[in-house]
Amino acid sequence: MYRYDEFDHQVVRERVAEFSDQVSRRLSGDLSEEQFRPLRLMNGVYLQLHAYMLRVAVPYGELTSGKMRRLAHIARVYDRGYGHFTTRQNIQFNWPKLSDIPAILKELAEVEMHAIQTSGNCIRNVTTDAFAGVAADEIEDPRPWAEVLRQWSTFHPEFTYLPRKFKIAISGGAQDRAATFFHDIGIRLVRAESGDAGFQIIVGGGMGRTPRVGRVLNGFVAKSEILSYLEAILRVYNLHGRRDNKYKARIKILVDALTLEGFRAEVDAEWQRIRGSVVEVPAEEVERIGAYFADPDWQALADNPPELAAARSRSSAFNGWVSANVMAHRVPGYAAVTVSLKPVGGIPGDATADQMDALADFADRYSLGALRVSKEQNIVLPYVRQDQLHALWQALVAEGLATANKGLISDIIACPGLDYCALANARSIPLAQMISERFSDIARQHDIGEVTLNISGCINACGHHHVGNIGILGVDKRGEESYQLVLGGDATQTAAIGDIAGPGFTAEGVVDAIETVIGVYLAQRQNGEPFIDTYRRIGLTPFKEAINAAR
Amino acid sequence: MSRQIVSANRLTDGLVVFRTAAGTWSERVEDARVYTAEDAEIEVAAASREATVVVGAYAVDLEEQGSAPSRLRERIRATGPTIAYGPAAVITPRRAAGA
Repeated sequence: MYRYDEFDHQVVRERVAEFSDQVSRRLSGDLSEEQFRPLRLMNGVYLQLHAYMLRVAVPYGELTSGKMRRLAHIARVYDRGYGHFTTRQNIQFNWPKLSDIPAILKELAEVEMHAIQTSGNCIRNVTTDAFAGVAADEIEDPRPWAEVLRQWSTFHPEFTYLPRKFKIAISGGAQDRAATFFHDIGIRLVRAESGDAGFQIIVGGGMGRTPRVGRVLNGFVAKSEILSYLEAILRVYNLHGRRDNKYKARIKILVDALTLEGFRAEVDAEWQRIRGSVVEVPAEEVERIGAYFADPDWQALADNPPELAAARSRSSAFNGWVSANVMAHRVPGYAAVTVSLKPVGGIPGDATADQMDALADFADRYSLGALRVSKEQNIVLPYVRQDQLHALWQALVAEGLATANKGLISDIIACPGLDYCALANARSIPLAQMISERFSDIARQHDIGEVTLNISGCINACGHHHVGNIGILGVDKRGEESYQLVLGGDATQTAAIGDIAGPGFTAEGVVDAIETVIGVYLAQRQNGEPFIDTYRRIGLTPFKEAINAAR
Repeated sequence: MSRQIVSANRLTDGLVVFRTAAGTWSERVEDARVYTAEDAEIEVAAASREATVVVGAYAVDLEEQGSAPSRLRERIRATGPTIAYGPAAVITPRRAAGA
């Protein structure tokens, strides 16, 4: 993975010193809360419902065992013994003291981590596919480009005060596992007829109160021109994006207002001015950064070694876990493993300090010290030998980390909801727990098969309810929690925003409605098709009718 | 007539605190003094002058009877997350697996 150079170290150290000074001036009263608030937000410090919250960036979701151990240490020493992994591949600590935050940031800086640009109206942490560099369907590894974008966007003087926050995702897979159609800018590595790889640029996607599927702004941008093209988009947005209304300030609203063609004309005009100028990334810099993502020393191994097949036939639990949580690797004899942070009755994305330490140990023992945070709020071990899968599984079982539900109905994305969040209208976590309890039978989950279930506790949609195959939105109905059920969303390259199947459910009611929805699917399923295919074939009506009949 | 308590977050650690009858701040909602809306407004104004002690003081409506806040959000804020979390919420391996 990328290692800081002296410049990176210096920048982060200087920021820690600056913010530490600001914290002490706030505590002494030299800074008012009004003056301090924007400063703390620039450093990832929020004030939530019960306490401060510190959001730490995990650039494009990549961690080493050493970084994971440091996160565990921070959770244990400065927080309440746990952390929460987010859909933006970051980690949040829910109970840090303001007076401890300088010490926490110093500890993070020692392992090349920080909380810079995890909040505020700037370009946020660039996200990517948790299987980048190892997925069998990958066109090219997006991580070097994610790092180029990180360096370009960090402290970019022109884009520090944008009209609103700005999120970029990049994906290298034929399968889009980074939700590129739901970001301000989505970037997909594509191959031209000439055989050259370049970027498809998608713009104006997003969730929140105005969900939009992003649209292709440019089908192919050469790698050497990516920064001038992105700079042109950001300049058009920075100039014309609305600053008078927070709810109309994202780039998706500007694209709506100008139309895609109008927006493209503005971007192209700006691009012609700066194309090929100093803003482009030099080829030798791309090469230098790319070297950090060079392959590890793979061993010559064969797929499906005999010990794996034997262990699979011996243990149905292990076999089920391999079927769900182990993904094909581009290198023979290796596998990419998803460690589910969604145990039955658990809190999606939460890990205790002890679990983080255990994950770091497993990464050292089985995955060349590497881990990833996925946007589904799980942890990925990207470099596991297939002949060691059984040993890894046994180690995970002992820690309660072997839930075999990746991509299944209990692999729920959920925002913190009203249990933690100052903006939420309803709770998300207890609902996620109820659903995973209702569908706790793992054999039944495997029978239901692939389906995404996402829960948001308010219209800001941090829990991605718009793009869940099954989505739930929590609302406040005259002081009481109420839930809306949404069906047919899709965060992948076949992107879709879900349709409202019914409002006004209680928490119990929505769990029953999901049961009904699954019943309709199982009755209508043809040839083992996944939920979303059945939904697309038969439409919303049969589901809606069944839900209403059961109410 | 509406009854209110005054709440804020403590500056140093961000924890939720309530204005007591003694004019101090307590982490326990049970210690909160109950005010009329008019008096709560005066207390909120007073709290805003304690900028090195608390952040974002505001008045919280109570239910007509008893001492619980009327809105769910405020009840959760007063008593903490409604779910077990952290080491206290660790799921046993067997249960985690859905066995």
